[in-house]
Amino acid sequence: MAPGGDPVSGATLEAHVVVRREGFVLDAEISASAGEIVAVMGPSGAGKSTLVSVIAGLLAITEGRVHVAGEVVSSPRVQLAPQRRGVVLLGQDPHLFPHLSARDNVAFGVRVSAGEGRAAGRVERRSRAERALAEVGLSGIGHRRPAELSGGQQQRVALARALATEPRVLLLDEPFTALDPVTVADIRRTLAERVRAAGCTTVFVTHDVVDAVAVADRLVVLEAGRVSQQGAVREVLTAPATDFVAALAGVNRVAGRVEDGVWGAGVLRLRAAGVRDGDAVALIPIGAVRLESEGSGASEGEAAGAGAAEPVRAAGTATWTARVERIEATPAGARVYTASPPVVCELTVAQMLAAETAEGDAVRLSVDAADVRIVAS
Amino acid sequence: MTVIAPGRHGQPRGFVPLALGVPAVLGLAVLVVPLTALVGRVDGATLWGDITSPAAVSALGLSLVTGALATLVCIVLGIPLALWIARSGPRLAGVLRAFVTVPLVLPPMVGGVALLFLLGRNGWLGQWLAVVGVRLPFTTAAVVIAQTFVALPFLVLAVEGALRATGTGYEQAAAALGAGRWRILWRITLPLAAPGLIAGTVLCFARAIGEFGATALFAGNAPGVTQTMPLAIYTAFNGAGVSQGTAVALSLLLLVTALAVLLAVRAWRPGATR
Repeated sequence: MAPGGDPVSGATLEAHVVVRREGFVLDAEISASAGEIVAVMGPSGAGKSTLVSVIAGLLAITEGRVHVAGEVVSSPRVQLAPQRRGVVLLGQDPHLFPHLSARDNVAFGVRVSAGEGRAAGRVERRSRAERALAEVGLSGIGHRRPAELSGGQQQRVALARALATEPRVLLLDEPFTALDPVTVADIRRTLAERVRAAGCTTVFVTHDVVDAVAVADRLVVLEAGRVSQQGAVREVLTAPATDFVAALAGVNRVAGRVEDGVWGAGVLRLRAAGVRDGDAVALIPIGAVRLESEGSGASEGEAAGAGAAEPVRAAGTATWTARVERIEATPAGARVYTASPPVVCELTVAQMLAAETAEGDAVRLSVDAADVRIVAS
Repeated sequence: MTVIAPGRHGQPRGFVPLALGVPAVLGLAVLVVPLTALVGRVDGATLWGDITSPAAVSALGLSLVTGALATLVCIVLGIPLALWIARSGPRLAGVLRAFVTVPLVLPPMVGGVALLFLLGRNGWLGQWLAVVGVRLPFTTAAVVIAQTFVALPFLVLAVEGALRATGTGYEQAAAALGAGRWRILWRITLPLAAPGLIAGTVLCFARAIGEFGATALFAGNAPGVTQTMPLAIYTAFNGAGVSQGTAVALSLLLLVTALAVLLAVRAWRPGATR
């Protein structure tokens, strides 16, 4: 995984983690090969933080086992101390030691080989810390205390400190949550670059799908304490198996039925060649759904077809009429939710103003059949 | 019209009812006025002679030495005790804290009596110590023990509060970075608790050099051996044929010593940035 033949510090991680607490059961299996970056996503309360806390050794396991490089570090009988695992957890709070400078914070984590003397060790630690800070884009601020750094800089120092320990496994638990979007984009690039260079096996818990796409090799989705889907990031996002993953991927996941080669749900019908009869879901990318308000652009509407209630298929395009249930503002415009079948589409601010759509209005939706995938369920 | 005046550093001064200023000033007066009355009684003509008398110098020296030793004992025993309480569950911590607080609410004289019953000639431990030839009561060691008994709670409670406020998040982070328990204690836990540690040490020392009741009963009032400043003041005040001026002068000396310690600690702040 590491480019340029750099040494890979990462170890294989194999974990089957079962934690039972009142009203909550986590039962998840997760594995990562040496140097692999695995993103973990899931709704709040799915057990993501519990999972990484167990791997870090901060929380006892009820059942199951955690192996790092083939060695058992957690089981109901064994719980190796956090400092002996070679596993570092970097969370939302960077937990920089407030009484130490940025450099000394990083130096605290630096591994020095046992052969070196104390004084030599100290000098070595410091210069390694300085270098590690430079690598995360923080040259020249080593003397500052954490309180004098911005949130993004603090998280960079924490990253440098975590990597300075040459961890076998790096655990990231939503490290960007408290940061503003511009800072996140910047620090994400640094993180991906440094983690790849270090070659450590990484479990990256995040709620931002961009993190998974930009940084990870594999995506594991955790829902209600169980793994609901996993695979290569691209694979998971193009074939979402649950509504949560569909929402992540920006895809409408519409449940319906296939009969005689035609998939149907509500008023919508789509050709489903090669899919056997029975329950099936249509995966319709949110971006592929076009919206026209009923009545506006009448000529186009008539050209597409007269009977509003009847689904129309013309030149590989499905068009149907639906009622707007709900409109939600998004940073870029609005998300329009329609019913029977439940389909979401997105409008830019300009499109929203042009469409003059309100909740309760009838709208005409259309989608190119080529953009839709139908999968038996 | 209500004007919210900004404080000296630009922050608003808050929204406390102004009428509270009256009891606040009275409270300060209760603390300060008696001390000014004391200073007012100082006899300038005999002051220098009184405070440089051999008895006064020996008492001050004894107070400082025993106070420092007691503080040292309190640090060595008190910090681990504070760590134990701070890292215990709420139940055990409550019980431990109650035990630590008892000496605070007892009259120190009761502590002196208790120490006599434990370490006196016929005491539980005292009779065995006597067998091996160790006699503690009415020695300088007894002064240190009495001072430790009354001063330890101040250190423990201050340090425990600081440790609890810091929490274990930083220790957890340090452990995850591979640091062992001793390294975490020296590099993370204690430095983070430093403000509470310093405050606790100062209070502890101040309480130790001001100790009277337990010392009087357990250690006695032998000049040069167990007569610390408070005992010297008491003796001077009640003693036949000795002027009250001596007592006043010695009190002033104790007051100045205490103030000097407090100010010295205020001036020295570890890790300048907070």
